[in-house]
Amino acid sequence: MKKKNLILVVVTGLALGAAGVGLMLLGNPGNMGFCIACFIRDTAGALKLHTAAVVQYARPEIIGLILGAFLISLVTKEFKPRGGSSPLTRFMLGFFVMISALVFLGCPLRMVLRMAAGDLNAWVGLIGFIVGVFVGVQFLKKGYSLGRTYKKNVLEGLTMPAIQVVLLIALIAGGVLLAVSAEGPGSMQAPIWIAFLLALVIGVIAQRSRICQMGGFRDLIMLKDPHLFWGGLAIFVAALIFNLAAGKFTLSFADQPIAHTEWLWNLLPMVGVGFGSVLLGGCPMRQLVLSGTGNIDSTITLFGFLVGAAFSHNFSLASSAAGSTPGGRIATIVSLLVMLIIGFAYSRKSANA
Amino acid sequence: MKTVDARGLSCPEPVFLAKKAMDAGEYPFAVLVDDTTPLENIKRFANQNKQTIKVYEADGEYTITFEK
Repeated sequence: MKKKNLILVVVTGLALGAAGVGLMLLGNPGNMGFCIACFIRDTAGALKLHTAAVVQYARPEIIGLILGAFLISLVTKEFKPRGGSSPLTRFMLGFFVMISALVFLGCPLRMVLRMAAGDLNAWVGLIGFIVGVFVGVQFLKKGYSLGRTYKKNVLEGLTMPAIQVVLLIALIAGGVLLAVSAEGPGSMQAPIWIAFLLALVIGVIAQRSRICQMGGFRDLIMLKDPHLFWGGLAIFVAALIFNLAAGKFTLSFADQPIAHTEWLWNLLPMVGVGFGSVLLGGCPMRQLVLSGTGNIDSTITLFGFLVGAAFSHNFSLASSAAGSTPGGRIATIVSLLVMLIIGFAYSRKSANA
Repeated sequence: MKTVDARGLSCPEPVFLAKKAMDAGEYPFAVLVDDTTPLENIKRFANQNKQTIKVYEADGEYTITFEK
C-alpha cells in the first residue's frame, strides 16, 4: 500500500515532466508545455476577463486536468461535495498567489520545467518558493487553520466540472465565443485533443497520488516526510531528460523563453506563491485537482486565481520577458503583507474550532 | 479514550493533530477524519513512527485508533 502510493506519486511526476516538455514540442510556448498559472491566465483572456491580446486561449490542459480528477473521483467514490472553510479568505489567497506567480512568470510546475531547461532564474525562484513554504510552516506550527469544511449539495460539487464541459464545447466549436491570440504565447498551442487527453490522464493520476509541490517541501520541512517531494523531483528528472534529448537545455540567466532576469522579482513573488500555497493547503495544480473532486473551497480558490490573473493583465502587474513592472513589484509586496495578515489572523489557538 | 476530531480539516492539520496527541503520549487515542487524503496521510505518518493503528470505517468517516 505504502509502496504503491510512492510509485504512483513518482509516476505522476514523471508524466508531468514528460508532458511539460512534450506539449512544448507539440506547439505550447517555451518552457510552458504545462503551467497552471499561465494557462489559467490564458483562459481568463479567452473569457475576455482581460484583454491582453497575446495571452488569450482556453487551454485544454486546464479543462482536462479538472475533468480527469472529476471522473476518477466518481469511480473511486471520492467525489464528495464539501466546502465552507473560510471561502472569502481562500479567494483572496488564490487572487494573490496568482498575481505573485505572474510576476515570477510561472506556478511551481512551470518553475520546475524552467529549472529543467537550464533557466537559472527559476532556480532563484525555487529558493524563494522554499523560503515561502518555510514561513508558511511556521504558521502551521502556531496552529494556523482556515477551519472545517462541511458536506454540501451535490450540485455545488458538479459546478466546476460542468463549467469545464461548457468550456470544452466552446473551444471545440471555435467561432467568436472565446477570444484566441493571433500572436504571442496564447497563439502557441499544442493540438487540442492531444493536450486535453494528456491532461485528462494526468488529472486521473494526480488525483490518485495527491501530488503537490508545495506539499513536497512542506512535509519535508514539517514532518520529515519526503513522500510528496519525490513527485516534484520526478517532474524535474523527466523534464531534464526530455529537454536534453530534444536539445532544449540551455544553462543561462539571459534569453530564456518567457522569463525575466531580475533576481529579486523572481525570488520575492515565489516566496508569496510558496507561502500562499501553504496557507491554502495546496499549490495551484492541487487546487485544480481538488476542485474536480467536489471541493468547493478549491473551486473558490480557482475563481480567485482567475480574477487575480485578470487583474494582473488589466493593471499591468504581470511581468514579461522585458522584466517586472512597477505595479507588479508593489503587488508582490502587498501580496506578502496580506498573506502575513491572514497567517496571523487564523493562527490564534481559539480560532481553531 | 481521548478522541481528536479532525473531520473537515485539510492536510496537514489532521496529521499535525495526530502528532500532537502522539507526543502527549496518552495512549490509546483515536483520530476522526472524513476524507481519504488525511486517512492515507495519517496511516503513512503512523507507519513512519512505528505506531500500531487500527482503522474503522462507518458512513464515510474513519476512526483511526493509536494503540501504541
